[in-house]
Amino acid sequence: MEQDKGTEVSMSSVIEVRNLRKTYGTLVAVDDISFEVDEGEIFGMVGPNGAGKTTTIECIEGLRQPDDGSVQLLGMDPLEKRRAIANHIGIQLQESALPRRLRVAEALDLFASFYKRRADAEELLDILGLTAKRSSAFEKLSGGQKQRLFIALALINKPEVVFFDELTTGLDPQARRSMWDLVRQIREQGCTVFFTTHFMEEAQRLCDRVLIIDRGQIVALDTPEAMIGSLGAENRLVFTLPENQAPPALADLPQVRRVEQFGERVVVYGHGERFASSVVSALEDAEVDFLDLRTEQPNLEDVFLSLTGQEMRE
Amino acid sequence: MRGFSKLTLVNLKLYLREPIATFFTLAFPPLMVVLFGAMYGNDPSPMFGGYGSMDVAMPGYTAMILGTVGLLGVPITISGYRESGVLRRFQATPMRPLTYILADIVANLVTTLLGMMGLVIIGWLLYRVQFEGQVVAVILAVAFGGLAMFSIGYLIAGLAPGARTAQVVGMVIFYPMMFLSGASIPLEVMPETIERIADFLPLTYVVRLLRGLWFGDAWGEHLLETAVLAGVLLVCTALAARFFRWE
Repeated sequence: MEQDKGTEVSMSSVIEVRNLRKTYGTLVAVDDISFEVDEGEIFGMVGPNGAGKTTTIECIEGLRQPDDGSVQLLGMDPLEKRRAIANHIGIQLQESALPRRLRVAEALDLFASFYKRRADAEELLDILGLTAKRSSAFEKLSGGQKQRLFIALALINKPEVVFFDELTTGLDPQARRSMWDLVRQIREQGCTVFFTTHFMEEAQRLCDRVLIIDRGQIVALDTPEAMIGSLGAENRLVFTLPENQAPPALADLPQVRRVEQFGERVVVYGHGERFASSVVSALEDAEVDFLDLRTEQPNLEDVFLSLTGQEMRE
Repeated sequence: MRGFSKLTLVNLKLYLREPIATFFTLAFPPLMVVLFGAMYGNDPSPMFGGYGSMDVAMPGYTAMILGTVGLLGVPITISGYRESGVLRRFQATPMRPLTYILADIVANLVTTLLGMMGLVIIGWLLYRVQFEGQVVAVILAVAFGGLAMFSIGYLIAGLAPGARTAQVVGMVIFYPMMFLSGASIPLEVMPETIERIADFLPLTYVVRLLRGLWFGDAWGEHLLETAVLAGVLLVCTALAARFFRWE
């Protein structure tokens, strides 16, 4: 069973989800979703809390049994071949713990002993900034340190596919950035990364492809660039009008798609290279004394808003 | 069995880092020797077949340690690990559940034997307690009785919804057994009715088996005890395997 690596099925997709469905009582957590993840990809799953991210990732990991549909991980059924697969993957769970008096270095040493392939524990401690904490008990670690320890444990067997459920929750902004660097580093070593997050910015910066999930269903699945592009590549120019100033006629400009006004605040939607400069010169020609002018790039938050009609809130 | 030896060692270390658990297995039994020895001494008594109170306390207190570890330690640790998510983290590795359980059992047996050693050393130093059995037979009996007690503990851990419940259930089962099975107080000093109650307590059979082997009986003279404990072990293991949950 152990020698079954599933690599004889030579294909580029390491994860295949077909019509996955999972309910808890009357709650439909995941509702008939299908997608594939390619080898060497950084694949992110984003969505609000309760969207079905953890259920999906745990079905792929073989920790949860789907009600319907099928999952293939490294060419195997993750439930049937759970232990064989476990040797080749790394898992960071959204909620888990270690014995409270277990020390950091002991935890790495213990978990390494469960696997055939082992990474250098000292190097992992160093990369994750835990070297100074190597003799600290689990219960004495801060939330961010625990998170980093669990990420180290997920990498202890040099996995081919690594799963991070809520990659940077509990980390401060600086630690979050260094985690992004680490994920890119992991991928450069040939590892496929599958993670969930509810930070749109994180998904946008890190992912090769993003799956947006809401209420158990796939809302969109594409590269972040293509998703943003599909909004019509709209840029926004925002400015404030002085009191009692009439808004100028900007909608006639070729680069402008539409204009919205909220009280004194004006939002101009448009596209093209000369979009901003044409609007500004039109404002100057009309002698409008605009204030607080700035441009906004569309991002995944906008994609989510436009596809679901709701703000992406934590 | 990958990870077995490491996990056993880690379990032992973790046990020794828990002050309360360590106190009840390693310090409490010798303290009872000091306390009850001061009250009753160890003069030979016809009631105990010519042995002293402290002589018969040695196998009794050993059974008490087995009960403490199996009925309090096991359910509290396992259900606590389940509640906090430790078991889930282990489940996500290629380690077999059986490896996990065996490592836990071996660590618990080693702890029990450490407690027994401390107990016997104090008993011998203070009262020159007698031992007429075979060391190997007694250690095997400790392991056998231990497995039976631990299997009850795993069953409690499997059935209890949370760590608090597991602790309460363990205490409700253990404390009456500790006093009514002859483990802490010899049944010879108890009224007849208590002895009849004792017949229904699994720990009683551990006490009888250990005491018999301790003073030189052959194992063949304790087939009833062996059968009862084997029954407890089989039934509880089967049920524990049925009700075990990682989360």
